[in-house]
Amino acid sequence: MSDGSSRPPGRPSAGTARVPASARWRDRAAGLAGLPVALALRLLDPLMAAVQRLIGAGRMPYVFLFPNFVFFGLFVFLPIGINLVFSVTGGPALFPSERPFVGAEQYAYLFDCGSYLDPSSCREDHFWRGVSNTAVFVLFQVGTMVLVSLLTALVLNRPIRGRGFFRAVYFFPVLLSPVVVALIWKWILQRDGLLNAAITSLGGQKILFFVDPSWAMFWAVFVSVWAHMGFYTLILLAGLQAIPSDLYEAAEMDRTPRWRILWRITLPLLWPNMIVVIVLSLIKGVQTFDEVFVLTGGGPGTATLMVVQYIYETAFANQVQNFGLAAAASVVLGLVLFALTLAQLAATRMKER
Amino acid sequence: MAALARLLGARRDGPGRPLHWTDIASYAYLAFGVVLMFGPVLWLVFSSFKTQSALLEFPPSLMPMAQVEVTVAGQPNPLPLFRATLPDGSVKELAQIRRVGLVAQMVDPAEPDKTYRVAIDKREPVRKVALATENYTEPLRQFAFLRFLSNSLFVTVVATAITLLINSMAAYGLAVYEFRGKTAATLAVIGTLMIPITIVLVPVYLVVTELGLVNSLWAVILPGAATPTGVFLLRQYMLTLPRDLIEAARMDKASEWQIYWRIVMPLTLPALAVLAIFSIMWRWNEFLWPLAVLTKTEVYTLQIGLAAFQGELQTQWHYLLAMTVVTLAPVALVFVFLQRFITTGIGSTGMK
Amino acid sequence: MADLKLTGARKAFGAVDVLHGIDLEVKDGEFVVFVGPSGCGKSTLLRVIAGLEMVSAGEVHIDGERVTHLPASDRGLAMVFQSYALYPHMTVARNMAFALENMRLPKAEIDARVKRAAEMLRLTDYLDRKPKALSGGQRQRVAIGRAIVRDPKIFLFDEPLSNLDAELRVATRKELAALHAELGGTMIYVTHDQVEAMTLADRIVVLRAGRIEQVGAPLDLYNRPANAFVAGFIGSPRMNLLPATVIADDGTLRLRLGAREIAVPQATRGLRAGSAVTLGIRPEHIALAPDGGGQLDLTVDLVEQLGSEALVYAGHAGLPQITLRLDGQSRLARGATIPVRFSPDHIHLFDTDGLALPRP
Repeated sequence: MSDGSSRPPGRPSAGTARVPASARWRDRAAGLAGLPVALALRLLDPLMAAVQRLIGAGRMPYVFLFPNFVFFGLFVFLPIGINLVFSVTGGPALFPSERPFVGAEQYAYLFDCGSYLDPSSCREDHFWRGVSNTAVFVLFQVGTMVLVSLLTALVLNRPIRGRGFFRAVYFFPVLLSPVVVALIWKWILQRDGLLNAAITSLGGQKILFFVDPSWAMFWAVFVSVWAHMGFYTLILLAGLQAIPSDLYEAAEMDRTPRWRILWRITLPLLWPNMIVVIVLSLIKGVQTFDEVFVLTGGGPGTATLMVVQYIYETAFANQVQNFGLAAAASVVLGLVLFALTLAQLAATRMKER
Repeated sequence: MAALARLLGARRDGPGRPLHWTDIASYAYLAFGVVLMFGPVLWLVFSSFKTQSALLEFPPSLMPMAQVEVTVAGQPNPLPLFRATLPDGSVKELAQIRRVGLVAQMVDPAEPDKTYRVAIDKREPVRKVALATENYTEPLRQFAFLRFLSNSLFVTVVATAITLLINSMAAYGLAVYEFRGKTAATLAVIGTLMIPITIVLVPVYLVVTELGLVNSLWAVILPGAATPTGVFLLRQYMLTLPRDLIEAARMDKASEWQIYWRIVMPLTLPALAVLAIFSIMWRWNEFLWPLAVLTKTEVYTLQIGLAAFQGELQTQWHYLLAMTVVTLAPVALVFVFLQRFITTGIGSTGMK
Repeated sequence: MADLKLTGARKAFGAVDVLHGIDLEVKDGEFVVFVGPSGCGKSTLLRVIAGLEMVSAGEVHIDGERVTHLPASDRGLAMVFQSYALYPHMTVARNMAFALENMRLPKAEIDARVKRAAEMLRLTDYLDRKPKALSGGQRQRVAIGRAIVRDPKIFLFDEPLSNLDAELRVATRKELAALHAELGGTMIYVTHDQVEAMTLADRIVVLRAGRIEQVGAPLDLYNRPANAFVAGFIGSPRMNLLPATVIADDGTLRLRLGAREIAVPQATRGLRAGSAVTLGIRPEHIALAPDGGGQLDLTVDLVEQLGSEALVYAGHAGLPQITLRLDGQSRLARGATIPVRFSPDHIHLFDTDGLALPRP
């Protein structure tokens, strides 16, 4: 990027370059977190030497993989299996052996609808509210996100002073926790908040943003874009800066008008990054929970209830914990995410090409 | 159209050229961005230093202000100070003893014996900038916020250490060796990439219950310790290390574990630092899973405590805002020092 | 110090055979150079000896001990890598000490050995530097030093000079020769550069496509190549290899070479008339002949003046381009016709399989 970091960060550099301050701080931070790790590595040395003598160097890779895969097994692979079991069993019990088999009943219950276009006609109307809310949310959020990120990246890619600063400004909210983000905006948007003060000072009426379903959804989308656009802007900016400048110089030599350069050179070459941004934001968007949950609580009513909130509440927060139904809904959500992830892999491959 | 394209046009002109209107538009856009991105956070920080009564003011003031109070001889409590316009048109700073209906009974602090009756619309509070630091000290003392803070710190540090250790081991195994089942192992890692905790919330809860970890911080730490993202990031980096180094170490009679921690780990430090920073961020900000698995207040992390706090005490914004700032501060500090590193790191690894 | 014995060493990567059964003995203290074109398997052979690759079949013995399945770390050998493979995060001293620490030698012993090696290689002033603060030649010496401190049974070198510039390469080559004379260790050295092979080796092993073509002292290979491949590979500029047909083989061998007929005064094993052979003659063994006394008339295509000598590239109808090396400076011009003679004692003959025909 502009600040001479065109090489990947921290790749071992060939020269004896001056160590930038950020690298020094980075190393200090890593050192602090790495201290217990370094200690563990050293302490394990004699044990691992004994293990290698015992099983031979050829089997050492399994030793290296073992701990990570224990975790994967316990907290990913095993749960996938249990999830499937949960989704075909009923009752309030948590332990699969105590749960009666009900076949596809949970799925049938979820999908029991008069009309799929009308959530209120479904038996489990909250689930379908969640689905339709999530769909609306994702549609607006991804659309806005891509446009705003693209615009910002294009502006940041111009020869401007202080690019590093502005890039940081847009990126800063990405690091904030969803809870903090939601509380910041909740404070601004509340009845006597900053925004209503601005509206009244301009002669308007106070608006109860979280009482009006449309406003609540609007702010859910807005806050989500506010919090995450910096991340996608960075991806697009990296893509823009990877376009060789001699292409622009060649186009200029050909007296190509600027709008044509944008349409025929910049955007087509940026397209792979755009795909990545679209798919990534889709995947994240479908899983949206915390920001909206803290900002609106899913309300008013169920106006901003998302699928993940439905799953969480069905399993943990409701009076009757319905693990089976939550698991069935998880499986449905999982299938959607699976499809989106495949799209992402395809997009990444396209980008590499 | 041409103007828009010019506005969005690629950088091509060198420095020192005259400012075009599109440059001005760009800077205007960016300035607006600064206000929109930083403004809310600054507003939060300013607000967090306001007293409870100042928070209830409408329209709100920008700076945290408080009404000046004075002790007046003969009065038991400090009295609020006002600037009152007297019937004769003169303006005087008076302390208010009490208010009856639309009239305030006031006293001049300089002459405690002389009282005035002033219509309440004829007086304005005298205010000065005052930081209500008790917003910070009180909840840390009264409520369990200090506990939440130390819980969050513990989770973040321990989880990051575990993640760095086991992820780097797995990455080393996948990057350096050829062995039976390597492809399967790699595919398994990719597979876990597709399974966010959202999907397996209920069964992970069961596993954690079976391990007897519910309402323990380990229930938050362990399930996310093995990250596929981390394994991939480190593996990609390790693949760029020259094979010769590893073979040279082998010729130098190093054991496989020594090659891992004395040769490969030090050389992977930049990637480890990236992972460490991200792990710290993930863990500090994590919400859904702790929310599901932690139900007792004494094991709440900061994020859960904050969310619970706003549910219970809807009106106590002065504490809530201050605690939000406490939650945000470490991340902001990290960002200030590592901003360039983080942004370039994300730009090139595409992870978050 | 140790000797080495390979018997029937094979190596296959998947379906691809890289080594087809190598039999080789290296004596204690010997400097052996593996040479061959890229892809001939010389590096794989070295890695098999090192233990970085395991043979698919066959045996490896070091010092009479079977080490075929022993991993690299247990064979007691040291290797200098083409890339030097210096640990970038360690100082020069730590780089050299690393192996000794792994061997759990006492600290004093380690320091002494590192000091001695550093003195020998003129690295004493650089012991606290990291590799990236060194020049190419210094890094090279550190890599060698890392091997020396180990006092290994055998030194292995994998194209160690190929990353140096031409001048430094010549200087380091001489230092290596001196080092071998001083240390007297068994050394195995891989290169694709036949000049390095000629100058350094006690014995050269010429490899092609996973097979040993010839093993011998440098001058033996130069003077008596076992086949056309070795003949062409050893020596620079290359030996001229010219297709010829036997006219008669009765005491004197008479060959048809292009449009001319030449006599070769060698007793041979009765070649049949009409059979094809390859005639090999090195550029320095072709001389300009007085007018009318030439065996072959050549037309000059190009003259390269090197000052002390001149290389003349000349053609003859029906033959590949022929190279001549003439002492001093030549006045020949492009297009000139020159009669030449082949020095009769230096003519090599190869049959259709490329094998050298036995000499008298």
